[in-house]
Amino acid sequence: MNYAVETFDLNRSFKLKKAKNKKENNNTPGKLIALDNASIKIHQGELFGLLGPNGAGKTTLIKILSTLLLPSSGTALVDGVDVVKQPDQVRKRINMVSGGEHCGYGILNVRETLWMFSQFYGIPTQVAQARIDVLLKILKMEEFAKTKIGKLSTGLRQKLNFMRGFVCGPKIMFLDEPTLGLDVQIARDVRAYIRTWMKENPERTVLLTTHYMAEADELCDRVAIIDKGKVMVCDTPGNLKKTLAGEAVFRIEVPLAANGMETFGQISGVKQFAYEHKSHLGRTELKFILHDESAISNVTEFLSNNSSKIVSLSKMEPSLEDVFVALVGRGLKDENGSQN
Amino acid sequence: MKTDLKTNFKAIIARAYVRIIAANREPSWWFSETLLPILSTAAYVYVYKALKAPPEYTGFVILGGTMSAYWIQVLWSMAAQFYWEKEMGNLDLYMIAPISRMSILLGMALGGIIQTTSRAAFIFLTGSLIFNVSFAVVSFPKLIAVFFLTLISLYGLGMLFSSLFMLYGREAWHGVTLLQEPVHLISGFFFPVRNLGFVVGVVASFIPLTLGLDAMRQLAFKAGAASGFINVNLELSVLAVLCVIFLVTSKYALELMEKLGKKEGRLTLRWQ
Ligand SMILES: Nc1ncnc2c1ncn2[C@@H]1O[C@H](COP(=O)(O)OP(=O)(O)O)[C@@H](O)[C@H]1O
Ligand SMILES: [Mg+2]
Repeated sequence: MNYAVETFDLNRSFKLKKAKNKKENNNTPGKLIALDNASIKIHQGELFGLLGPNGAGKTTLIKILSTLLLPSSGTALVDGVDVVKQPDQVRKRINMVSGGEHCGYGILNVRETLWMFSQFYGIPTQVAQARIDVLLKILKMEEFAKTKIGKLSTGLRQKLNFMRGFVCGPKIMFLDEPTLGLDVQIARDVRAYIRTWMKENPERTVLLTTHYMAEADELCDRVAIIDKGKVMVCDTPGNLKKTLAGEAVFRIEVPLAANGMETFGQISGVKQFAYEHKSHLGRTELKFILHDESAISNVTEFLSNNSSKIVSLSKMEPSLEDVFVALVGRGLKDENGSQN
Repeated sequence: MKTDLKTNFKAIIARAYVRIIAANREPSWWFSETLLPILSTAAYVYVYKALKAPPEYTGFVILGGTMSAYWIQVLWSMAAQFYWEKEMGNLDLYMIAPISRMSILLGMALGGIIQTTSRAAFIFLTGSLIFNVSFAVVSFPKLIAVFFLTLISLYGLGMLFSSLFMLYGREAWHGVTLLQEPVHLISGFFFPVRNLGFVVGVVASFIPLTLGLDAMRQLAFKAGAASGFINVNLELSVLAVLCVIFLVTSKYALELMEKLGKKEGRLTLRWQ
């Protein structure tokens, strides 16, 4: 089996100028560990997802794999080539698109921008133009071919970033939060394109990072969950969710609660929990996993003791998010989660 | 190897294309980059006339104004360019491309030269016509050689600055601002550098414009030879050496900065 990406005990730390208050990253003072012995293997032809909250180390890993950053220690191979020893060989095989990037020059139009980037990969102009036509069509951007990129809306810009990466004909594509901040329809177009691109050639590989669990669940063949620089698990979304089979996953909505959520974990029978304040709805959403379904009465009792009404209560199919909660002991968007 | 060369060549052309296109797409730039320099050049001409300076100074000023267009471009669109590219996120994309980073710099320089030449020519022609400058060219081949060596070494200097500034932010900015005016003075844009004395002249010679302008004055005007700083042939050789030094050191500076940036995590902006 050929691996598109292999990392062996990859570490990366950053010097901190001022000792920042990042106790949750269990750093020695002045040093921030962004990747902590991360080892992953991605097969050729795989659509692989790297999931984790902000600050987990996802971008750091992508930067190392795309030769923008050196690891502090450990080895990383891309298509069998060492990223530190032969970066030029790696660069011929890869491309990278990050959510919210601003590539190119506002003065060029969409077609010119794509052409320019294709030239850095030595693609003959005719081939590049043909690819651009196809990309414009699939991503529904034909009418914007001659629009100056400085005039594009955020969503269209992100589509441009996308095309910019794919027009260069990589074998392995790194997508760092590609749908960040996109509206639903555009995100859907983008995901559909990723799938089409993968299908066209079985040698193509995508490594995608995201903190949208649903996106990973829907899109990826396999996912690794990463937190504080550590790879926690790595498997298919289906298998990961199966680890929670038999667990009772519940969701409760209560009126917006400013505090008091920390003690929720002390209720007997609650294994893991996570919460999210949805202030626009005036609610707090609690997700929790029980050792046993019968413990639900303890939860309702706790809430009524706290004179908190229950807006809704439902039992859920385990999602990837629940897998994360079960592993890490907090939700992806918890306030006590590490912030970037 | 051959395909690598081809790719790098394409990259140079593509990067130059941006500047060539940009030159014609924003009419307002034309205004600020031709009319304003003409006005400031004219101001010098009138000051010299009022001071009853020798008449050949008018020609010197026009020549200085013309070359000053390149200097401004080298400062703002070469030296500070990688810093901009980093802010915009393009630097990442250049760095992951399978090309020499020098190709990007060369493309920027080539595009910059083409872009600025139309402006410089405009300043030169209108200035010469309005003020009725008379030329007496001693040797066209030498004049052309000086012009190109000056441009190559000037843009080479820009490339060197660009590499050095790649990892820095505002500092680069201040550096560029600091360079602009003093260089205008000591490079003798608007008067023979000989007037500043030998020591300042030698120091100023590290900026290719100094010797380039001096040689051009000597080669293009009747009174030029008398006001020359050093012998034209010597100036030509020094310019040739400067070309090599700047291009070679910028290549090494770029490699060094890239290595440092990858090690310290400063090559790209953290938030992307
Ligand atoms: N260049 C850098 N200098 C210092 N710290 C950094 C740098 N890049 C990333 N970090 C830190 O490393 C950690 C991991 O960051 P990152 O890989 O960007 O996380 P993610 O992409 O998962 O949100 C964060 O705490 C971040 O602040
Ligand atoms: Mg990130």
